[in-house]
Amino acid sequence: MGHHHEVAVHEEKFVVPARLRNITFGLMGIGLVAIVVGLMTDSHRFWANFLLNNWYFLGVALMGTLFLATQSVSNAGWSAGFKRIPEAMATYLPYAFAGFAIIILSVLMHWNHTYHWTHEGIADPTSPDFDEIIAEKVAYLNLPFMIGRVVVIFTLWYLFSRVMRRNSLAEDLQGGFKMLKRNKTISAIFLPVFAVSWAMACWDFIMSIDTHWYSTIFWVYHFAAAWVTAISIIALTVIYLRRAGYLSIVSEHHMHDLGKFMFAFSIFWTYIWLSQFLLIFYANIPEESIYYQERFEHFKLLFWINLVINFVVPFLLFMTRGSKRNESMMILVGVLLIIGKWIDLYIGIMPGTVGSHAHIGFVEIGMFLGFLGLFTFVFTRSLTKASLVPTKHPYIKEFVTHEVL
Amino acid sequence: MSSQKYIIGTFNDEEPLLEAVKEVRAAGTPIHECYTPFPVHGLDEALGYRRSRLPRAAFMFGVLGFSLALFMQAWMLGYDWPMNIGGKPALAWPDFVPVTFELTVLITALGMVGTYLVASGFLPGNEAKMPDIRCTSHVFCIAIPSNTADYDKIHALLMRHGADEVEEREIEL
Repeated sequence: MGHHHEVAVHEEKFVVPARLRNITFGLMGIGLVAIVVGLMTDSHRFWANFLLNNWYFLGVALMGTLFLATQSVSNAGWSAGFKRIPEAMATYLPYAFAGFAIIILSVLMHWNHTYHWTHEGIADPTSPDFDEIIAEKVAYLNLPFMIGRVVVIFTLWYLFSRVMRRNSLAEDLQGGFKMLKRNKTISAIFLPVFAVSWAMACWDFIMSIDTHWYSTIFWVYHFAAAWVTAISIIALTVIYLRRAGYLSIVSEHHMHDLGKFMFAFSIFWTYIWLSQFLLIFYANIPEESIYYQERFEHFKLLFWINLVINFVVPFLLFMTRGSKRNESMMILVGVLLIIGKWIDLYIGIMPGTVGSHAHIGFVEIGMFLGFLGLFTFVFTRSLTKASLVPTKHPYIKEFVTHEVL
Repeated sequence: MSSQKYIIGTFNDEEPLLEAVKEVRAAGTPIHECYTPFPVHGLDEALGYRRSRLPRAAFMFGVLGFSLALFMQAWMLGYDWPMNIGGKPALAWPDFVPVTFELTVLITALGMVGTYLVASGFLPGNEAKMPDIRCTSHVFCIAIPSNTADYDKIHALLMRHGADEVEEREIEL
């Protein structure tokens, strides 16, 4: 303390540069072409990718709200200065909901076979399609209950993220501790609500693809993946905004902390990956090991790339203090993790939907770029709606003087 | 280690000490060490300390623990006494991960503590080296080697910054 330069805290209005806007439109254009190509060549492939990308960015958007909630209940000051970024990420939620509405519609209209348990006669002992294992799960896995769950879950997520954002913006006008305390209470309620609802969303949309199979830490695994992606996107956005002349109040100390988050949760993701894999490997019960058998047989290269890109590389590159404070290194690790988590989701979804002939081609890459463009468009547009710096946040002074040794 | 002559300045508070340290260093006089009852924020920086090299030792101990753990398990289960456990291959790598992880952490932690104790001279039995026993409770001391300092100048400087006492002593630090 005492040896800091005085950093002026003042309002910053972000304006989306024309170039960035054009890039997002270009990406969305590529995405549209990929969707058309996918639909015309192999609609299963299209639907699988549609689910993958929707889920990916749903996770990123929701983790924005979760990040704010964790920072709020822990009274964190170190993240106060860039909290507009996770807030803006969460404004993508309605777009993700729209995507899932389309997916549910496609299931109702039998446009695809993504969810095997929605098959006609699957729980009917007289039907030729009868499946004994799935019949046992029908009490939970049936469309009316599933749609009901999803509507409730999405409504809760939307309300929490909206109210937290609204209070946060009101704080900028009023100042004082009132809104901070209110958001803290809301966050404390959100955390358990999130834990249960996120677990259900993971079962409903992803785990039920491999209907016979189950894992009790599946949702933790997906939380870790989405969380790492979201932190990486926050870090890359901070770097982008600083280079564009905004957020000068963010120092290398904050970047160091964001780097530690990326580093630690990459390890956490690996820990959960192994926890899931090791027990199944040990027990070797056929209905459990088939999950990894399919992936190991037909997705062997990606199976290993997944571990290297999401664990080994960030672990080694981000181990030292200096590397976490190095912008180029953070861009490299952030981009790797963003791609890595997409690959992780790819080998989670593809074996049960497209099957052994799944491969990464124009449809996969194009659709991801399209969704990335849409997400970036919504995200950056929301960033322009309020001052990037929450000038009247009670902890903004603590943020400015934040120091990591 | 033999005794040497030091100018010992004693302060009642950390702020005057910090200011004094800055001025002594600015005058180009080397400082041996400061002795404080608690970590003083900014003192490391004022004394111009380089960052600790402990993380490098930690990395090497980590590599050592990782290799030892892998070698131990591979040798025991794969070569010395192979067993059929649930039909798994003798060298089943997923089984090795938890033990490898734990031993890496253990060897790293023990190695770091050991390195720290040796490098700082804090091993059990080591004599505590400080100019004044009160440094453990409420007094802040600065030790400046006499052979590179001008006693009168330093004395005046420290007194000006509010030192309670300044004296020259032959002492082992």
